[in-house]
Amino acid sequence: MRRLAALALVALLAGLAAGCGGSEKSSGTTSSTGANACSKDQLNLVDSGQLTVATGNPAYPPWFEGGTPKGSSWKINDPDNGKGYESAVTYAVAKQLGFTKSEVNWIAVPFNQTYKPGPKSFDFAIEQISYNPQRAKAVAFSNSYFDENQSVVALQGTPIATATTFAQLKKYKLGAQIGTTSYQYIVGNIKPDEKPAVYDNLNDVITALSNHQIDGLVTDFPGAYYIADVQLDNGTIVGRLPTIGAEEHFGMTFEKGNSLVGCVNRALAALKQDGTLQQLEQQWITGKAKAPPITQG
Amino acid sequence: MTEALRLENVHKYFGRLEVLRGIDLALEEHEVVCLIGASGSGKSTLLRCVNLLERIDAGRILLAGEDITGRGVDVNGVRRGIGIVFQAFNLFPHMTVVRNVTLGPRKALGVPRDRAESDALALLERFGLADKRDEYPDRLSGGQQQRLAIVRALAMRPELMLLDEVTSALDPELVGEVLEVIRELAEGGMTMLIATHEMAFAREIARRVCFLDAGVILEQGPPEEIFTTPREQRTQEFLRRVIEAGRL
Amino acid sequence: MDHGQGEGSPDHAGLAATGSRSSRILGGAEGARAVAIALASTVVLFTVLAVLVVTSPGWPEFRRTFLNREVFREALPEIADAFLLNVRIFLIAEGIILVFALFIAVLRSLPGPVFFPLRVLAIVYTDVFRGIPTILVIYTLGFGAPALQLSWVPISPLFWGVVSLVLVYSAYVAEVYRAGIESVHPSQEAAARSLGLNRGQALRFVIIPQAVRRVVPPLLNDFIGLQKDTALVAIIGPVEAFRQAQIEEAATFNFTPYLVTGLLFLLLTIPLARLTDWLIARDRRRQLAGARA
Repeated sequence: MRRLAALALVALLAGLAAGCGGSEKSSGTTSSTGANACSKDQLNLVDSGQLTVATGNPAYPPWFEGGTPKGSSWKINDPDNGKGYESAVTYAVAKQLGFTKSEVNWIAVPFNQTYKPGPKSFDFAIEQISYNPQRAKAVAFSNSYFDENQSVVALQGTPIATATTFAQLKKYKLGAQIGTTSYQYIVGNIKPDEKPAVYDNLNDVITALSNHQIDGLVTDFPGAYYIADVQLDNGTIVGRLPTIGAEEHFGMTFEKGNSLVGCVNRALAALKQDGTLQQLEQQWITGKAKAPPITQG
Repeated sequence: MTEALRLENVHKYFGRLEVLRGIDLALEEHEVVCLIGASGSGKSTLLRCVNLLERIDAGRILLAGEDITGRGVDVNGVRRGIGIVFQAFNLFPHMTVVRNVTLGPRKALGVPRDRAESDALALLERFGLADKRDEYPDRLSGGQQQRLAIVRALAMRPELMLLDEVTSALDPELVGEVLEVIRELAEGGMTMLIATHEMAFAREIARRVCFLDAGVILEQGPPEEIFTTPREQRTQEFLRRVIEAGRL
Repeated sequence: MDHGQGEGSPDHAGLAATGSRSSRILGGAEGARAVAIALASTVVLFTVLAVLVVTSPGWPEFRRTFLNREVFREALPEIADAFLLNVRIFLIAEGIILVFALFIAVLRSLPGPVFFPLRVLAIVYTDVFRGIPTILVIYTLGFGAPALQLSWVPISPLFWGVVSLVLVYSAYVAEVYRAGIESVHPSQEAAARSLGLNRGQALRFVIIPQAVRRVVPPLLNDFIGLQKDTALVAIIGPVEAFRQAQIEEAATFNFTPYLVTGLLFLLLTIPLARLTDWLIARDRRRQLAGARA
């Protein structure tokens, strides 16, 4: 009789032990991850003891900043320095998970390699990847770390550059690419006085802007930043337009079934709650990228 | 009497082919001269050289004593003084009868529209075409069309008229009305150089007949002389062929 | 009956209509019987085609995607409004082309060695603008010219769109005019010059009026092409009927808007085609000098 009870107790304890904690094979969803399971030593990592993060090379602003030191294999910016929005968010999440700065290891993986089937060489990838349900079938997405908005780009020194409300934007000639949510945003929300110009592709819209044939172009924010800062000599972001309707967001991507997702999501939730995420956005995007909000007034 | 027209040793080549091989010809004012000869003898070419539609290669042409084949000649001005009528009429099909007639005076002579029209109507009246004034040429008979072509040339008040086989394209029964017009012009004193196959007519109307053969005027003289007692062998041969064809 | 034919009449005198135009369409026969047969055969043919189409397996989906009444009704007002832009472009361009192309054609026909450079210019012009695709010309001028940022160079896409269409189509129309001019028998020019008219007057009053009448069919062909090519202006920004249909398509994932655009274009081109047929018939009667029914 005593032997039976002992066996039952062992079985019970074993069952409890098995039930708690992230086993390497369990499919990670937030609900099944307990608090202990996200402690640093329990995490499901490619290289134990360090957080391996993938991003694209070159590493573009405002996602990465600070330039590259001599001898670095990174172009434009080196993610190691913690500067730039995605770099900063990554280090903030890593800190939440218990990693020190030096325990974060960056590797370069191009966007289209991040979702190829098979085991990943990274714990997660962070490179302006938009969530959509089709993609979520191939990889696991974290929750949003950045909400995309439409933005208005113009040339420096032109009257439209100082616009801050829809009412002010209305009187200008805007342009967008055919078939985009940007175009829909213009006719559906801004409703300018003059019919917007429509072009086959984004490059044509940019050309028209630089020719002064349109006053401002509308495109999603990441694109807008690149256009204003890199493609145009004298471009400027007039502002980010408020989200009206369906929201688009960026997420980190993980190997499908990786339990790490749950832990990262908890980290993100914490960062949102204590305002860190907003502060980083203000620091690297709204402020530094000079992308002020435009209001619907 | 002044000389209306003189051709001196006129040569004309078309490519390698020499079509006019030294033409010497003179017309006095009010004289009617007929050119006869086989096809290809150069009659049309000769006429077209006179009104400068073709450029001559050697020799010269004098119109009322002035060299019109020299340098710096106002070709359009020369042509305004010479009227030419073609075998194929060459009427302007997109213009009415009256406009065919008034185009030249209005645009080349600067005659105001009203006067040009009244002058045109007078001419059309004279030659029996007044009732067709607003018709297009395609509605006219062949004889009427050729008469219109003559009226068109006359509207420019030329000093000299060139007629290039003007009845050759007409049905026999229409030839008469055109010959009648020409007769009238001759009686009115118009200087005329007429290329023709109508031997009887030539005989009747010409002061002088020139037989053109292979680019030269082989023989010329009063019609009686040429038609009854031609000197040259080739003239005789030509006339014999013409008689056999029943045209003399 | 007289047949005063001369070399002045066109060579194709044999085309003188032996019957009325309507009888030619019916195939040469006349009368009620011909009409009845024509009608019957039309009905049979179209019924067979309609049955084949409507009973095909994909028909319901096709109808929903391409012949959707709802979408048609909704898209029509915006597309019709955008179509006004096509009409405006077409009218302005056509007016300029008719004149400019004639100028090029006349340049090309100037005689004498002193005008050699002008003739060469005209030839180069027609070769270049017939050779480069219209869309490329619009793209290059519409984006390239404003990029120069010279204050006297207009930046309006509409301006450059019209200019591009004029440049391209004048090249084609110039060749059509040239063919027309050369088809006028040289004896017409001879007759005009013999009256003492100078070359310019002969061209203006005698040759060109006849030339233009002769080339009305190919001129119309080019203009129908122009009407449709107004849609190309959309690539440099303006929203015309085809672009508007694209916008509707992107919004609804339905292709019926293109049907709206197509019908609007037909509404423009078909009456023009019939008008030109009438003009041709009217002029033909005058051209055939001497031939009478």
